[in-house]
Amino acid sequence: MIDNSYEGVMSRRPSIMKAAVGIDYSQFESGKISFDYERMMRETGYTLEEMQKIQAKMGVGNTPLLELRNITELARKFAPAGKGARIFLKDEACNPSGSFKARRAATACYHAKKLGFKGVIAATSGNYGAAVASQAAMQGLDCIIVQECYDSKGVGQPEIIEKARACEALGAEVLQLTVGPELFYTFLRLLEETGYFNASLYTPFGIAGVETLGYELAMQFREREGRDPDAVVVTNAGGGNLTGTARGLLKAGAESKIIAASVDLSGLHMASDNEFNKKSFTTGHTGFGIPFTTWPDRSDVPRSAARPLRYLDRYVTINQGSVFYMTELLAQLEGLERGPAGNTALACAFAVAQEMDENQIIVVQETEYTGAGKHINPQLTFAKENGIEILIGNPKDEIPGKNIILPENPSLVKITDLDVDKTRKSFIKNAVAKVEIDRVDERDLEFLIAETNSTKEFVEKALKNLNIEF
Amino acid sequence: MKAKKNDWVRIHSIVLNVGERAESLPEDTKKVPLEMWDKGFLLDDEAEIGQEVEIETYIGRKVKGKLIEINPYYKHDFGKSVPELLYIGRQAREILRK
Repeated sequence: MIDNSYEGVMSRRPSIMKAAVGIDYSQFESGKISFDYERMMRETGYTLEEMQKIQAKMGVGNTPLLELRNITELARKFAPAGKGARIFLKDEACNPSGSFKARRAATACYHAKKLGFKGVIAATSGNYGAAVASQAAMQGLDCIIVQECYDSKGVGQPEIIEKARACEALGAEVLQLTVGPELFYTFLRLLEETGYFNASLYTPFGIAGVETLGYELAMQFREREGRDPDAVVVTNAGGGNLTGTARGLLKAGAESKIIAASVDLSGLHMASDNEFNKKSFTTGHTGFGIPFTTWPDRSDVPRSAARPLRYLDRYVTINQGSVFYMTELLAQLEGLERGPAGNTALACAFAVAQEMDENQIIVVQETEYTGAGKHINPQLTFAKENGIEILIGNPKDEIPGKNIILPENPSLVKITDLDVDKTRKSFIKNAVAKVEIDRVDERDLEFLIAETNSTKEFVEKALKNLNIEF
Repeated sequence: MKAKKNDWVRIHSIVLNVGERAESLPEDTKKVPLEMWDKGFLLDDEAEIGQEVEIETYIGRKVKGKLIEINPYYKHDFGKSVPELLYIGRQAREILRK
């Protein structure tokens, strides 16, 4: 008799995962903390050329690059003389499933098919569900999507319910759950029962699938403007969007600054039943962004291929009200109606552009589709129904879970810079705590330098403060 | 209301009861069970709302649970009027005209 209790299933996690992803992660482990990231990406992922070929066949990628002339002009009205970079947008909503996630799903499903799996399963409440369902339909695979959707009163986030609808429309089975990290338990049981492929967001092929986005950006800018963008703003949650885009830009030889952007949801607990419906963003927020940046290996695979701290130059946050505001401006000034969550980076870019010179270029690398539930009107209606006040004023006064403050005028769209060195120190602290050691060797030291994109001196100092020898 | 064999239905079940859940949960979440919803074709000959039934999901999996809805449909929409948003476009267009 199989033990299907929570503990019983969780204890079988390594073997279930190994069968469902087809990767033996242990072969890449090196030191106590370290593993060989680049070798993992090389040996289990796909080359950029292979990826482009797979995605082209599935109608994924090569999305339009649009210049937001009116939003740029508006930003310049509030910038010092000579400031106000040109703002561009890569319209990823044009992908088959309506978001950049189609890139990740295309390769995950291709890989599942190649390995002979009959179906794929993904644990996601976001756009990735529709992306996997869409690619599974295209590539002839069965698909199950597991969502964290409702609170204990059976009230669901409209945005997540819309994604369930999209997945079902594309032929997937959608299993919906109440709040809690045991979604992973259900996910493991399903993998065990069906023998399907784990279309995780965090495998090397999933992340490599986003590299085409970064590469396309560089190529599109070179063709159009004869140069690379100065800054690329990426909405950050689990880190895959940022990692893949940055790797693609590097493969193109571009040296654009990488800016991570998240909606500030500080103070809200992500696994809390009471607070689940007090937030108006289900992804792209600090509740995922910060933990995954300071320790990526908390996903559904042993070693995440999404490692944002390796690539980001700056990390900024913005309030919920400013993202809704910018979503409305994108429709009103540029004629583009897109989903709110994808506009997190846009709201940040509006503020960052005002710090940059007029002749510089800043690009927002994604948009997402919009529809019933997944739109500013239903999301703000839902917020009101859950006791959140919608105010017009200064966004700096917004308290997540209590109110949403729309900026009274465009000058009040402001970002907050996270202290990236502090984030790096948290990463080192987490890395050391995971293995409970008091000494790191040369390999671990080099790994920590690469993972935090810092220097030997920086890592040594951080270790010294933690009383760790090296 | 009665559902007949092969009707498209929605079911509900408890995945983990209070006490069976993970250790590291916030207090409020610990106090409630982990619940699940799924949809499929009814396998029982007939059933009333509230009865334990078995379904075959769209991709062919067999799942048991309590029957809660027959011919389920989505009720999410474009929300109510949000007057708080109405200044945004007018104000920005006005600024650009200046």
